[in-house]
Amino acid sequence: MSFLKKSPWILHYAATSCNGCDIELLACLTPLYDVERFGIVNTGNPKQADIFLITGSVNEESRKVVENLYAQMPEPKAVVAIGACAMSGGIFRDAYNVYGGIDKVLPVDVYVPGCAARPESIIDGIMRACEILDERARSRRQQRRRVAA
Amino acid sequence: MPLITFLVLFPLVAGVAMAVAPTPGRRALVLRGSVAAISAASLLLLLLNFRAPPAYFALDHRVAGALELLFLAGGVGVALLLLYWCRRIKRHEWYIPVLIVAQTALMLAAELAPGHPEIGHPFYVDSLSLLMVLIVALVGGLICVYAISYMRGYHAHSTRVPDRQPAFFFVLFLFLGAMFGVVLCNHLPWLFFFWEITTLCSYWLISYSGTDEAVRNGFRALGLNLIGGVAFAAAILWLTRTPGLHTWELDRLIAAGSAAALIPAALIGIAGLAKSAQLPFSSWLLGAMVAPTPVSALLHSSTMVKAGVFILVKLGPVYHGATVGFLLSLIGGVTFLVTSLVAVTQRNAKRVLAYSTIANLGLIVMCAGVGTVETLYAAILLILFHAVAKALLFLGVGTTEHMIGSRDIEDMEGLVYRRPAIAAMLLVGVLGMFLAPFGMLLSKYTCFEAFLAQDVFPGAGVVLAAMLAFGSAPTLFFWSKWMGKLVAMPRRAQPMQLPIPFDEATALVILTLVTCVACALFPLADWVFVQPFVDPLMSAGLIPIGGDRIPWETVAMMTTMLAGLFVMPLIFWLFPPRFAAVSGYLAGGNLDGSASYQGAMGAERQVESRGYYLSGLIREQPVVRMGLAAAALLTGLMLLSAAR
Amino acid sequence: MIHEYWYLGLAFLLLGPLLGALLSGIDRRLTARMQSRQGPPILQPIYDVLKLLEKDTLVVTGLQTLYLWGFLFFMLVSGFILFLGSDLLLSLFALTVSGIFLCLAAYATNSPYSNIGSSRELMLMMAYEPMMIIVPLGFFLAAGSFRASDIVAGHPSQVFELVGILIGFLFVLTIKLRKSPFDLSSSHHGHQELVKGITTDFSGSDLALVEIGHWYENTILLGWLYLFFAPLGVIWALPISIALFFLEVLIDNTHARLTWSSALKLSWLVTVVFGVSNLALLPFIARG
Repeated sequence: MSFLKKSPWILHYAATSCNGCDIELLACLTPLYDVERFGIVNTGNPKQADIFLITGSVNEESRKVVENLYAQMPEPKAVVAIGACAMSGGIFRDAYNVYGGIDKVLPVDVYVPGCAARPESIIDGIMRACEILDERARSRRQQRRRVAA
Repeated sequence: MPLITFLVLFPLVAGVAMAVAPTPGRRALVLRGSVAAISAASLLLLLLNFRAPPAYFALDHRVAGALELLFLAGGVGVALLLLYWCRRIKRHEWYIPVLIVAQTALMLAAELAPGHPEIGHPFYVDSLSLLMVLIVALVGGLICVYAISYMRGYHAHSTRVPDRQPAFFFVLFLFLGAMFGVVLCNHLPWLFFFWEITTLCSYWLISYSGTDEAVRNGFRALGLNLIGGVAFAAAILWLTRTPGLHTWELDRLIAAGSAAALIPAALIGIAGLAKSAQLPFSSWLLGAMVAPTPVSALLHSSTMVKAGVFILVKLGPVYHGATVGFLLSLIGGVTFLVTSLVAVTQRNAKRVLAYSTIANLGLIVMCAGVGTVETLYAAILLILFHAVAKALLFLGVGTTEHMIGSRDIEDMEGLVYRRPAIAAMLLVGVLGMFLAPFGMLLSKYTCFEAFLAQDVFPGAGVVLAAMLAFGSAPTLFFWSKWMGKLVAMPRRAQPMQLPIPFDEATALVILTLVTCVACALFPLADWVFVQPFVDPLMSAGLIPIGGDRIPWETVAMMTTMLAGLFVMPLIFWLFPPRFAAVSGYLAGGNLDGSASYQGAMGAERQVESRGYYLSGLIREQPVVRMGLAAAALLTGLMLLSAAR
Repeated sequence: MIHEYWYLGLAFLLLGPLLGALLSGIDRRLTARMQSRQGPPILQPIYDVLKLLEKDTLVVTGLQTLYLWGFLFFMLVSGFILFLGSDLLLSLFALTVSGIFLCLAAYATNSPYSNIGSSRELMLMMAYEPMMIIVPLGFFLAAGSFRASDIVAGHPSQVFELVGILIGFLFVLTIKLRKSPFDLSSSHHGHQELVKGITTDFSGSDLALVEIGHWYENTILLGWLYLFFAPLGVIWALPISIALFFLEVLIDNTHARLTWSSALKLSWLVTVVFGVSNLALLPFIARG
């Protein structure tokens, strides 16, 4: 068991979001949904985050930022795309500046559907991401043991 | 005795030799040889008097008489020379010739008076003098060696300054000889003569560059030091005229204690305060920073200003338990507090060092005013550590200025990566100034307990302790801020630069080593310098018997901390953790690593950050003015209480 | 010299972080309950640090790790000195050195957030330093010694003689524990104006070092608080000090953050009004 499941810290970035999903995401931190009971802390800092929560689609400006933030996150990490825009571009898919969903730029692990996504789905998505993180951490540890041996 | 003569006279001879040396190379050779000779002599003096009680030397009757005439004539000669130089004064500096005349008049009145005291033992050696001799010889000598290549670079940069290097080195060595005279002389008029020579040298060296700014600052230093000189001369006159204490010998003065010797002690105290640039006489030291760096290091941090606190520490037993002593401590405390606060607002590295020098001297004055075993211990260790660490810092800043072209702290960003050697030396100097387990902190630690045990009047100790507590906080701030600038990772790679000149490097490296060794072996410093100084005072009943200064477990803890400070970098160097490097966090907008980011409208913006200087909160002028007023008031009170 | 308390010193080194972690965990739980939330499990800080140790460490400069070693080392020394029953001033000085190393580590990364965070941290250190120095001075005047072991063996009325200093200490405890209104340089709460302030550019094992250092610091500060009530015996002293410690959590949740200049001025004012005046009265009222 890896402790990443017990203490997943998130980094939240709104790419080219309308902020609807962001509001729902921040609602998760409120007493009604309270994700801190799972040990989740919203650090605003990629260096200290495990799960990258991205809302909104990707254009040229936000592409650079998203790549930058992802690069500054230490392994093991996971990416969760929240909302329809993050999955595929949503209703803005055909706009001239939009590349599409986050997976055009980053390897996404979990897709959370909805427009806007509901807090329950978001929490569910984060939990899935935790499982993925846990697997990654364990396989890394096994790899290291094999390499060392 | 012959060693003493050598130490006082040889620098003069060497100075002349350097002044008439045909080439700079020859002059450098003479200088290095002389420094070696002086250092050897001082070490020999230490070995001969190692941990010995104070030794007094009498002179042959005719020699003493001849010297008396010589010094009398010399004093008048110095006054005439100063008056001659005063032809360049401005209107507002009218008080300077007046002070010169007043001082000379007082001295002549004392020396030519019919019933003046006999010359008993004009020279002496005790462990505090030995410490000062070592500091002047070794630290002063290293600074002179440094000056060889520094002055070469200085004149290469500042082509408008007339090159008077032969005279410059002569005056430096004249100063060294005079300092030896100050710390080894028991006969007050002769001590005063040497004291005045140091004032003269200080004036000449400050106004070396000949610019109007330098000359004005030179005159300010002259003027303020002359106030001290007048006070000193008045003390000597008092000692001549008074029926009670009729002696010109320092040791007799000290032995007379607070009962009889308060007035001369207070007057000499003012001279010491002026020489050590305490409030209200502090402005001359700030102005003296226009002088070349070796001058700042030698006169205005390591040696000349130490002469002032030296005399105050020697008079410690007289100040002990007296209101005069307490007021003196308050002056030191106000100085410490005010200058520590103002140092926070300074960006110019030399001004930071100047203010911090005044602050540390204020701390030593606080200790001298209390005059117990613990505070004398703290004061002597402070003198040692401050002289060494401050010289290192000044020389380091001088070399850095030549390398990066600026004295501004903000421009020293990333020095650890750009110029690792010089940055490491600066860091050692800064750590030596304020951090545990280094020496300065040790002194503060002893001081707290000693201040609280003070009983001049109830609550006296609390005031001093509170001043120490409030003054220490800003020092932490400005030193750490400077260190932070030095260790910051440069945002862009810097090109490699020229190496440090050999003379400068020698001086810096040796000073760094001395700082580290002195801090590591502080119990040794206690054993060699402090105990032989306070034991005779205790047995003569001049100061109360003090307890065991530092319990061994504290020493053990400090040693552990020091060991950690050395071992951790070693481990880091041998087993460096291999972590991946990334840029700093710039909210995801990094463009060029940590150096620039994408700003509004797609523009690329450079990342810049500056330290906090708190100049809105601590405004230099009003704060200093308040300190000046408070200190002037306290000085007046001190004189009044001595007269009662 | 016999060290009756050597076992306490050793216990501090081994168990200190656990106690600190528990204090931190209870702090978060209590905060959550005050905000009508559930809150994380009490052992959450330990899970956090264990997770950080599993992550990769990314650095801006390799030297930042060295400075963080210094931070942890001096924190250990400070607590060890305290729990050994030895000199309180020395413990304080080691604590100061530790804090400066943390600032150096942040300055080394040279990002705007860490720079400002570090500068603010230094200003906060300047704000609480006088009061922290006055605490051992007060104990010296009340109990006659700087040594923690002598203070513990002091007179039960000590806490009344030192009540002004206690109030001042509680005030600066808020600063030292990085609680609102003084969490200017770094905060436990998630997202703040300087991102994470001092710890912005630390990750993985570096951040784990900082967290463990803070746990030790919690234990050390609880120890200092305990000293005020120590002569009353463990039965009274421990609950009172723990209660006061969690009073800080209440203050945290009911105040907004101050600016650095207000924090500085207010701290020095409190130091003078409560600390210095108490110190001045002590020679008259102390029995020690």
